[in-house]
Amino acid sequence: MEYTNIAYVLSAVLFILGIKRLSSPKTARSGNTVASIGMLIAIVATLVSYGHLDFKIIIIGMIIGSIIGAFFAIKVQMTQMPQMVAIFNGFGGGASALVAAAEYFNPANPSTFNAATIAISVFVGTLTFTGSFIAFGKLQGFISGKPIVFPGQKILNALIAICLVLLGTYTVMGGSDTTYYFYGLVTLSALIGITLTIPIGGADMPVVISLLNSYSGVAAAATGFVLMNNGLIISGALVGASGLILTNIMCKGMNRSLTNVIFGAVGLVQETSASGDGKQMLVKSASTEEAAMILDAADKIIIVPGYGLAVAQAQHAVREVADFLEAHGKKVLYAIHPVAGRMPGHMNVLLAEANVPYEQLKDLDQINPEFEDCDVAIVLGANDVVNPAARHDKSSPIYGMPILNVDKAKTVLVNKRTMNPGFAGIQNELFGFDNTLMVFGDAKATLTDLLKELKEL
Amino acid sequence: MELINIFTVFILAIFVGFEIITKVPPTLHTPLMSGSNAISGIAIVGAIIATQVGGEIGTWLGLIAVIFATINVVGGFMVTDRMLKMFKRK
Repeated sequence: MEYTNIAYVLSAVLFILGIKRLSSPKTARSGNTVASIGMLIAIVATLVSYGHLDFKIIIIGMIIGSIIGAFFAIKVQMTQMPQMVAIFNGFGGGASALVAAAEYFNPANPSTFNAATIAISVFVGTLTFTGSFIAFGKLQGFISGKPIVFPGQKILNALIAICLVLLGTYTVMGGSDTTYYFYGLVTLSALIGITLTIPIGGADMPVVISLLNSYSGVAAAATGFVLMNNGLIISGALVGASGLILTNIMCKGMNRSLTNVIFGAVGLVQETSASGDGKQMLVKSASTEEAAMILDAADKIIIVPGYGLAVAQAQHAVREVADFLEAHGKKVLYAIHPVAGRMPGHMNVLLAEANVPYEQLKDLDQINPEFEDCDVAIVLGANDVVNPAARHDKSSPIYGMPILNVDKAKTVLVNKRTMNPGFAGIQNELFGFDNTLMVFGDAKATLTDLLKELKEL
Repeated sequence: MELINIFTVFILAIFVGFEIITKVPPTLHTPLMSGSNAISGIAIVGAIIATQVGGEIGTWLGLIAVIFATINVVGGFMVTDRMLKMFKRK
């Protein structure tokens, strides 16, 4: 038993060292390997030290899990990474809840403390499981990415929450037979995971995924308290902290509080209908040929990728255009907004896949001064993160959100499919600016055309 | 006594987590997430233990937990490696 605990400490140390190596892309890959060795140590130590394990069951489970996990890991496209992380959060939370549930049926148990930790673990784990599947469904397009709201939604959530507290208390204190309370607890935990996630819109997904990531850690830590296992507690705390930090960064990137994201249901039409002040905007559009000529005359170009780039799978096309421009002596940088895409760092992974060197990817604080002396800013499928209204229009739903100051560039080329407003449901005044030219079309097709035109110049 | 020890470990781990994770640059936030996903698969330790407690129903719950946690561990580490492999310098 002592040796097992030493092994758990060792694996926790390896997790910490592994995450530490994620502080630079140079060492990151080895860090992931270090962490995976930590996991191997924890698993082997558990298998060796617990007597009378039914190895047949465990090995069958591990083989099935490995096949499914490896299949996902190999098959997933980089654009689908948010869905993948969402569903994995769900499996993590689900596993913790199941472990706690198995402990509930362990006849050897039953200190009050033990029952309480089981209740918490089952609650957080189950909520994470169902919430993650809803998030997955929204990202994958199985269910509408729009917020789903109905009258009395908040009251319903409040009622479920009250029932959960009651059922939790009865499960812990209820005496000899608490099975029905326990089942009620599981059911309502599953239900609240759904009802809390459906009102959240597509572009708020970075926050939700980060939060569910945090919950999956909290669930693991809670299960650690059930089993009095240091390995689970430390790892769960690390993951919980990680998710919480990312959640915070995402909220700051949108200038919204977490409560506003969870209960605000932003992106609904009724919320923005008031801003339809009828002010007509004159929009200039340009062909790819004109865009090519503008780029030909430019020296410094900043590319702003958004979710539209991911949807169009245009990461390779954009890199080809950038390569061509660089080969002709121009400076090309990429501006990455914290909430661009559907999860933290989504754009960076996409561009890394297209072999864009990571030194070229700049975050908000690094890139904003660069727009001042930039000749052309190319906005690809991004909208709200480049809307200047965030700086001055107090009535705008995105007022106060830190944005990329693309309007400071001499010329702004905006590629969009249509004039449809962005996620926040508001028209972007940038499109009507004197220095803005709209290039309409699918991002990938437009970039391919643009490259052809550039080559013909 | 055991309880206070384990709480101490929990609190300290949260602080360590905050310290090291704030140092991860935004460009690696997606791999950080998938990697921490894999780490939350540590529930596999609990799942292995669960297969032997809680009688027949516990065994079944444990088996499903082992499957879920293994998906997390194997898928999480593999996909993180796949992503990190792509991060190249000039």
